[in-house]
Amino acid sequence: MFSQSTRNLLLTPFLIWAGLFIFIPLIFIVWYGVTDYDGQFSLTNIALIFERGYLDALKLSIWLALISTVVCLLLAYPLCLILTERQRDNTTIISLLFILPLWMNSLLSTMAWQTILERNGIINQIMRLLSLPDLQMINTEGAIVLGMVYNFLPYMVLPLYIALTKIDRRILEAAQDLGANSWQTFWRVILPLSLPGAVSGITMVFIPALTTFVISALLGGGKLLLIGNIIEQEFTFQYDWHVGCALSVILMIFIVLNMILTTTFDNSHEEEPL
Amino acid sequence: MNKFKILVLILVSCLTFGCGAGGGDKKEEVVYVYSWGDYLDPEVLKIFEQETGVHVILDEYDTNESMYPRVAEGAVHYDVICPSDYMIQKLISNDLIQPLDFDKLPDAKKYIGEEFFKQAETFDPGNKYSVPYCWGTVGIIYDKTKVTDPVDSWNILWNEKYAGQILMQDSARDALMIPLKLMGKSLNETDTTVLAQAQNMLKQQKPLVQAYVVDEVKEKLINSEAAMGVVFSGEALNILEANPNMAFAIPKEGTNFWIDGWVITKDSKNVDNAHKFIDFMCRPDIAVINFDYLGYSTPNTAVRDLVEDEAVKNSPIAFPSPDDYKGQETYQYLGNKMDEYYNNLWMQVKVD
Repeated sequence: MFSQSTRNLLLTPFLIWAGLFIFIPLIFIVWYGVTDYDGQFSLTNIALIFERGYLDALKLSIWLALISTVVCLLLAYPLCLILTERQRDNTTIISLLFILPLWMNSLLSTMAWQTILERNGIINQIMRLLSLPDLQMINTEGAIVLGMVYNFLPYMVLPLYIALTKIDRRILEAAQDLGANSWQTFWRVILPLSLPGAVSGITMVFIPALTTFVISALLGGGKLLLIGNIIEQEFTFQYDWHVGCALSVILMIFIVLNMILTTTFDNSHEEEPL
Repeated sequence: MNKFKILVLILVSCLTFGCGAGGGDKKEEVVYVYSWGDYLDPEVLKIFEQETGVHVILDEYDTNESMYPRVAEGAVHYDVICPSDYMIQKLISNDLIQPLDFDKLPDAKKYIGEEFFKQAETFDPGNKYSVPYCWGTVGIIYDKTKVTDPVDSWNILWNEKYAGQILMQDSARDALMIPLKLMGKSLNETDTTVLAQAQNMLKQQKPLVQAYVVDEVKEKLINSEAAMGVVFSGEALNILEANPNMAFAIPKEGTNFWIDGWVITKDSKNVDNAHKFIDFMCRPDIAVINFDYLGYSTPNTAVRDLVEDEAVKNSPIAFPSPDDYKGQETYQYLGNKMDEYYNNLWMQVKVD
């Protein structure tokens, strides 16, 4: 469409942007992560994660992010299947309902959850009206997972939905013609074909869930620290850029691992002949 | 290494603000004030500008710790700051603030109570660097309908009867202060074995704690989310006004007597205006406006007579009797190493 030189020209703004705001900051982060106060190379910052019990926070973060991702997947898949089978005019309404939450500030909606789940919150007031015992919901791992699922579900729905709509209806008809029942059609045809969508959905939910600190701060009551909270506190409160950056680097390793895993999934699938 | 940090900060700020900062050099009289969020009535600034013609540029921070690096790195040149006791000491020991000229502060000399200057000597020996602005204590605020035991000791925060009903402060010094006081130790303790014991007590207490909070504590207690919480006396006054079921107590083991004071930075370019501003804040008619707005106790001796609301005027929380704070300790700066040690102890309680 464009000549090579125009292409390069059009690409320059992005390259400058990426260099200034992605590449250079990344170098700073790694630099701070592997140096000490005197600017000497040192791995003590990284070793600290094992000494201070930050490893537990990292494990908890990975665990909660995993649960949230699985819950999102389980909620999103049936929904998207139904959406694709419906008529178009109907689907706009339903998908609007799922994109609508994205229009609201996520901080605001998390704070709303806080008032819903609180001891004297809306749910407990309803429980009391029904003479049922109070539920302890706020400041638990469950509350954090709920917040993650609520905030990140649209990121699972959208790629899944797109992947499912791209499946040619004639392939499904062919499967039925060849004698597959609806269960077999799902397992052998729909699921493998929608895998790329599921994989990008998983990435888009898992990474923000792993790095969040707002959701855990608001719904965990400061008692449950995720790795994101620790990084935030290292920077703002302890004013220790070195440890904060070292933790960020470790977190990045897990994000890169996740991306490698998902891309190999993606590639191995694309090679399959249709 | 600091130079590198400065470089990074300059680079980042240049990129974000387009390096335009140095441009608009008007001959306008200004004073750059860096203070706690919502720590003075905006009305007061308007009066100051009208009277003196000095334009106030106000920036705000929410913790001493977030204020310090900005001042230390010199990213912005502030003239006047309002840090707390131990932070004033840290600024002094790192040569970041300058001695005040008290000849330019007649109202400060006249109206700020003797006993506050005396207490301020614990962090500002000789009272050379700071003028007290607000002060207070830390205590327990509790719901009289839920707490049946007498609240006169910090150990009620370890009472299992109130599991899940206790709110604690999310800050290293304020959290560790409580077990230290319970053990009869100083809140400026530096003995690591004693500190480890204090940390252990906090770890034991953790299952009983509903949440570690900062500013949210007010809202939570007004809404009766918890039976008790550790709060600053100024916050307590606000909560008591909004929720009549509450009561405030200062535990008998002792507490933190904190003082926030005005100081002038070393590299201030508007030293005269900075003095004008500080003295203005000490003027009784101005101090009373700020007091009405804030609710924090003031060291200004002339304010009480000017308060119109009788309930506030006679409130033992707004104007405590000297017995409530005499002999109480004030936080001191314990050095960078110790600061880090306290922070790590606290972080481990939270990660645990």
